[in-house]
Amino acid sequence: MELLNVSKLSKDFGGVKAVQDIDITIQENEITGIIGPNGAGKTTFFNLLTGLYAPSSGEITYHLRKDVRTRQLKPRKMSRYGVARTFQNIRLFKEMSVFDNVLIGNHCNMTYGVIPSVLRLPSYFSGEREASEKVTELLRIFNLLDKKEEKARNLSYGDQRKVEIARALAANPRVLLLDEPAAGMNPNETNELTRLIRWVKDEFKLTVILIEHDMSLVMKLCDKIFVFDYGHLIAEGSPESIQNNERVIKAYLGGDYVAQAE
Amino acid sequence: MKEIINRNNLARAVMVISFYFAVMLLMNTGIIDSYIFLNIVSIGINIILAVSLNLITGFTGQFSLGHAAFMSIGAYASGILTAKLGMPFIVGILGAALTAALAGLLIGIPTLRLKGDYLAIATLGFGEIVRIIGLNWKYGGGAMGLNDIPRFTTWTWLFGIIVLTLVVISNFITSYNGRAVISIREDEIASTSMGVNTSYYKVLVFSLGALFAGVAGSLYANYFYFIKPDSFGFMKSIDILVIVVMGGLGSIRGSVISAIALSLVSLSLQGIPELRMVIYAVILFVMMVYKPQRLMGKLKIMVRKEA
Repeated sequence: MELLNVSKLSKDFGGVKAVQDIDITIQENEITGIIGPNGAGKTTFFNLLTGLYAPSSGEITYHLRKDVRTRQLKPRKMSRYGVARTFQNIRLFKEMSVFDNVLIGNHCNMTYGVIPSVLRLPSYFSGEREASEKVTELLRIFNLLDKKEEKARNLSYGDQRKVEIARALAANPRVLLLDEPAAGMNPNETNELTRLIRWVKDEFKLTVILIEHDMSLVMKLCDKIFVFDYGHLIAEGSPESIQNNERVIKAYLGGDYVAQAE
Repeated sequence: MKEIINRNNLARAVMVISFYFAVMLLMNTGIIDSYIFLNIVSIGINIILAVSLNLITGFTGQFSLGHAAFMSIGAYASGILTAKLGMPFIVGILGAALTAALAGLLIGIPTLRLKGDYLAIATLGFGEIVRIIGLNWKYGGGAMGLNDIPRFTTWTWLFGIIVLTLVVISNFITSYNGRAVISIREDEIASTSMGVNTSYYKVLVFSLGALFAGVAGSLYANYFYFIKPDSFGFMKSIDILVIVVMGGLGSIRGSVISAIALSLVSLSLQGIPELRMVIYAVILFVMMVYKPQRLMGKLKIMVRKEA
């Protein structure tokens, strides 16, 4: 089933056309990869999908419980719609514990309100108990339970990435957007992450969209890949077809190299 | 209920109540005379101000230099209600809380987009506006100030309000609202992406902090008989900020200890008025250099241990 429909999407910053005329359809329960050289507009595309930027033109439509259109995309509403994300340059709450970080991911599911928290009504305790049980479970999945009291900034890079994913999952999303989840990880960690993403996707019935430079992860994981270059969508298809696509090779290696190879 | 009544909370309650009665006893036996009590009142007011500013600046990261203005608004509201309109103290306190919270709302909304230095300057400007309005306000006494405010502030009122402030603010902080507020300080974009309504929380925190500053103002007005706009100027805001920073941004306990400690330091230096400010400054300086984590360190929130 179609989950996300992007048509004629463009975004420019002054004279810089970061994203131009992108048409993409993403299916439910698939893992979609977005790749491309640095500066191709991948993160801008993510920021458009999560309402952080307003598009210059074009339409974005999510088919979730109800349809969510471009105008309704506001960063703070995304988690309520069921869309959660991680960031390229990790954006954890550095001075807070790992546990609290993931708890904030659950913010959109908290309902008890300000007055009950000040008066410590029963709804406060039941709400907090439920939330902390859920977070404990998530940390167990990510193998972070023994680090839950650590400040987020004291964790290794790989662990910080994992905390960010756990935090995104705490919102009970249906769509998970991962911006370079394997950046800064060693090959072992990347392998572990690859397995984890697949497992999480099946377990939580997620649709995953990820930006990644690590081709081993992308090729192993993705059902479909979109390739960006200079803001344009230059190719789409299965991992195999992308690996053999001439335009993609050209974008990555530069035209001259291809010419020489020929 | 059983979550609230546990050994920890009971021990805390017993300590709080026995402290209250101990001071009460010392006052009745005359060991605490009116001079000591005057200092206790100023320490208490400083505690309320510091803890409420800590909510705004320490936890939410909204750098505010206008906290004394909220105190001023509360002091005038209560002064007018009790002195000019002859209302009882409780009306004065509630009026002070309400007007100050409203002022917090009014300053919170337009400054939503401001951060750091810019917000500091905007709140500084707000403080000056309040002071100048006070100076030119005939009904409020203008530069002459407001006189003959009945002395209603007693140990019971003071202590009750300090406890109330501490309970409300620490309960707020150790809930999902508090976590949301701290996450705004840590990373606003990430916080928004987690579904935190940052505008709502910033304004809420501003008015909650202002509310308690207003109540502190009413305690002040109804103890010292007399208020004038200049008592709540820029320097008063800085005094409160110094207490908060020294106690540790994001530490309620730190604010309380630092409010007491700084008041005692400044008291003990009263014998040498020429050197008082110099020594005070040197102490602050040494403190900042050699104990940069401040008195109590940062962020002691342990929600899950209670939940």
